[in-house]
Amino acid sequence: MMYLELFWEFFKIGLFSLGGGLATLPFLYNLAVTHPHWIAAHDIADMLAISESTPGPIGINMATYAGFQALGPLGGFVATMGLVCPSILIILIIARFLGQFDQNKYVKHAFYGLRAAVVGLITFAGLKLFSVTMLDGSHLRLAESVLFVVMLVFILFFKKIHPLFWIIAGAVIALLLQFPL
Amino acid sequence: MKKIQDVTLWQLFFSFFKIGAFTYGGGYAMLPMLMREVIDKHHWATEEEVLDIYAIGQVTPGIIAVNTATMIGYRKRGVLGALAATFGEVAPSLIIITMLAAILHEVRDSLLVQRAFSGIRVAVCALITQSVINLAKKSLIDLPTVILFLATVVATMVFSLSPIWVVVCAILSGLVLKQIKRESL
Repeated sequence: MMYLELFWEFFKIGLFSLGGGLATLPFLYNLAVTHPHWIAAHDIADMLAISESTPGPIGINMATYAGFQALGPLGGFVATMGLVCPSILIILIIARFLGQFDQNKYVKHAFYGLRAAVVGLITFAGLKLFSVTMLDGSHLRLAESVLFVVMLVFILFFKKIHPLFWIIAGAVIALLLQFPL
Repeated sequence: MKKIQDVTLWQLFFSFFKIGAFTYGGGYAMLPMLMREVIDKHHWATEEEVLDIYAIGQVTPGIIAVNTATMIGYRKRGVLGALAATFGEVAPSLIIITMLAAILHEVRDSLLVQRAFSGIRVAVCALITQSVINLAKKSLIDLPTVILFLATVVATMVFSLSPIWVVVCAILSGLVLKQIKRESL
């Protein structure tokens, strides 16, 4: 029954996350609230780091990881199947009946609003991530905050460099400077 | 496009397995690899068709890479083709992440690993900030979209509104806003 519930939760995520892999992130934070025994909010940053550093779509990687965290290896499989199920059903319906779906006027109108909200949802996930990483109670952690600003400047300046490089750099710097835990 | 019988289910599975295994970051990053496999190597579709399919993948719910795989698989071999391509696309993730998660589960209490992850988290924060900036430039194009963006942040941060409701409300707002715009012209 636990697996069925896990499947259903990720089915909903697959059904409502629009606009790429990062769009699943706010749903995972929501899941950490509704199902705290499955995943904890402070684990999500690590999940994202792993998902961005390994091959494959970020959304799929995160679902596999979150499912594993919740219910072990089979959980990872069940969560991923839940996530892709709505995609398969919807795409099959569209392929069959709606050839020019992306050119449809109402789809375009809906996306005018949806794109703005997706930025808002990812900002929400970013702020959650920020509070876990940068805040200690209500205090700003100094080493982390300085590294954040420096990294952001570099990332915005060197746009072409792969995220994996920055993730490894973050790990190396934290080890070298012996970040406080 | 080639005739249907030219493509076996195994070929579809294996091609998308390769795409899944060699794209980092999914979504937008998959396009070059997708084009190489589907257009240059197997001639399953023209460049125009792939871009169309990719566009549909972006405006339908779910993971863009999965949507694209499902669509191409369906066009080549029907429902079974769709399933073969989709399973191929997600199989590398399932294998790699399950192994990594199992390993990390064992070592995550070690001091070194914890310290490394405290730095990794900072990097992830910076990467997300970059994504938000890029997305905002493309999506927040006028006053209504900026307001919708702020409303989403407040609704989720302050009132803990479920992302599902945000998506539903955003779709309705998009439809209504465009309708108002047209009527006022």
